[in-house]
Amino acid sequence: MTVVLEKQKARRGFWAQLVRLPRAWVGGAMVGVMLFAAVFAPLVTPKDPLQQFMEGLSPTGTPLAPGGNFPLGTDHLGRDLLTRLVYGARVSLFISIAANLTAAVFGTVVGMFAGYYGGAVDTLLMRFTDILLAYPAVLLALGLGSVLRPSIPVIILILMVITWPILARLVRSQTLSMRERQFIESARAAGATGPYIIFRHILPHTLTVTVVYFTLNVASSVLIEAALSFLGVGVPLPTASWGNMILEGQSRYRIAPWMILFPTLAILVTTLGFNLLGDAIRDALDPRTSLRLK
Amino acid sequence: MTAYLVRRLIGAVGVVFGVATLTFVMVFMMPGDAARMYAGPRAPEATVQRIREIWGLDQPLPVQYVRYIGRALQGDLGNSTRDNRPVLTVVVERLPATIQLALAGLFVELIIGVPLGILAALRPGSWVDQLATVISLIGISIPSFALGLVALYVFGFLIPIFPLGGYGTPLHLVLPALTLGIGGTAFYARVLRNNLLEVMGEDFIRTANAKGLSARAVLLRHTLRNALLPTVTLAALDLALLLGGTVVIEAVFGWPGVGLQAFQAIRNQDTPLIMGTVLFASVSVVGINLLVDLLYAALDPRVRLGGGGRS
Repeated sequence: MTVVLEKQKARRGFWAQLVRLPRAWVGGAMVGVMLFAAVFAPLVTPKDPLQQFMEGLSPTGTPLAPGGNFPLGTDHLGRDLLTRLVYGARVSLFISIAANLTAAVFGTVVGMFAGYYGGAVDTLLMRFTDILLAYPAVLLALGLGSVLRPSIPVIILILMVITWPILARLVRSQTLSMRERQFIESARAAGATGPYIIFRHILPHTLTVTVVYFTLNVASSVLIEAALSFLGVGVPLPTASWGNMILEGQSRYRIAPWMILFPTLAILVTTLGFNLLGDAIRDALDPRTSLRLK
Repeated sequence: MTAYLVRRLIGAVGVVFGVATLTFVMVFMMPGDAARMYAGPRAPEATVQRIREIWGLDQPLPVQYVRYIGRALQGDLGNSTRDNRPVLTVVVERLPATIQLALAGLFVELIIGVPLGILAALRPGSWVDQLATVISLIGISIPSFALGLVALYVFGFLIPIFPLGGYGTPLHLVLPALTLGIGGTAFYARVLRNNLLEVMGEDFIRTANAKGLSARAVLLRHTLRNALLPTVTLAALDLALLLGGTVVIEAVFGWPGVGLQAFQAIRNQDTPLIMGTVLFASVSVVGINLLVDLLYAALDPRVRLGGGGRS
């Protein structure tokens, strides 16, 4: 009974802490707007992201500046930039969130088992993550992207591959410090099995690390996805993704700077939102913990 | 110290070996036929077969693997399928430009980040501190390639101060270096700020204050010196990161380094060159990490006596 009460108190404490932080509101609003646009894209804009409008180009065939029928202007094919931006949010957010969700589950489970059991499992994990971490993330993504034919599931896989090792290590070190705690020892003495202890007793304590890492890392995944698309090994054209849009704008920034400006702002708002939110969640969960690798 | 050195060295060799293996697996997974790609679509099958034999692609996979590792150990990363030149030669040729850019980026990070971190730590919670936090969050949130394009538009086109990409004069270096470094600036500011605040709570700082040293002397002679060490480590590790991060920047600014080459190699589907670059970069990262660890152990006896080293 008291345990339940304490848990409720702790939970209420978290929300109470969170709503006191302006960062949480600002970040939450930014993420909220982007998520809303992504989920309800057809409601936000009635146009089709792939439709090339006859009136979407100037008489000389250049993209239209923002205004009138095209609030954010058009691109080099006369497509509506606002519509592409909104549908691009769908692609970018779906990819980043899916990649981080799978990485969160995988990294947390592997990290807990390695930390709890130690021995060969642990050594194997550490050596394997050593190898993955030795690759500069963008380069590893580039290598994988050029090897596998880029498609949305492949990009999710690539982002997941470069995401989970760091989380696994964070969770592992958290588990290591938990393993010797008294309540774990009591559970063991009471006859609880390893998996039971891991999921019942250790998981709730490592969840903090996972949640914070997830929130912050969605931001960096959005950036890497954009970079991959920009380098031509990301979301295949003509699907609208923010990185693709910047790629298409790259050679035309002198005549149509809005083609790179608006996707850049969209990325900035999204990543900044997730970073602010992640930062706030970290502080609200525990002012003392800070995410540090090692 | 020797034991520590040996242990770290063995670890590093293991990682390099793993990296080479994983890279081999990726090369093997590559779609398409490298020999056909090199010979061209109209080449007769006999020619393609001959190329496969020369490259050893007709051998069983384990044999190919052993050969690949053996050659990689001798610095032979294969030949570029585009012009048939050795990958290592091509990469090393482009290396100076990338190192120059990475160092310039690091310089930008430190020259802005360190003062910002000190200012923030001197008045935690003040507007300077808040500003440093906000700048740091924006810094890590903005995609560097997009920032580069915006910088090109504003400072190369609208207000033509800097050239629109390219390589050569110091002026060419300014925009790429700023774009590369600006993201990390704030990161240093934050790390240094936290380290400074941590050191400020130590006993020896209280002693220094108590014996009547000026605030300035305490900061420069005691606090900063102790807080800077982790920052220096970070800088070395970051240099490795910057080397990877230059790919997009080089692509945006047409900076003729390893990154631009990797970008072009992707367009040309030049697998040996892509994988050679990836392998080269990863080995460099491992090497730099090892150097930093050893340097750290030499400077701080607690590291090498601690037993485990880095976890």
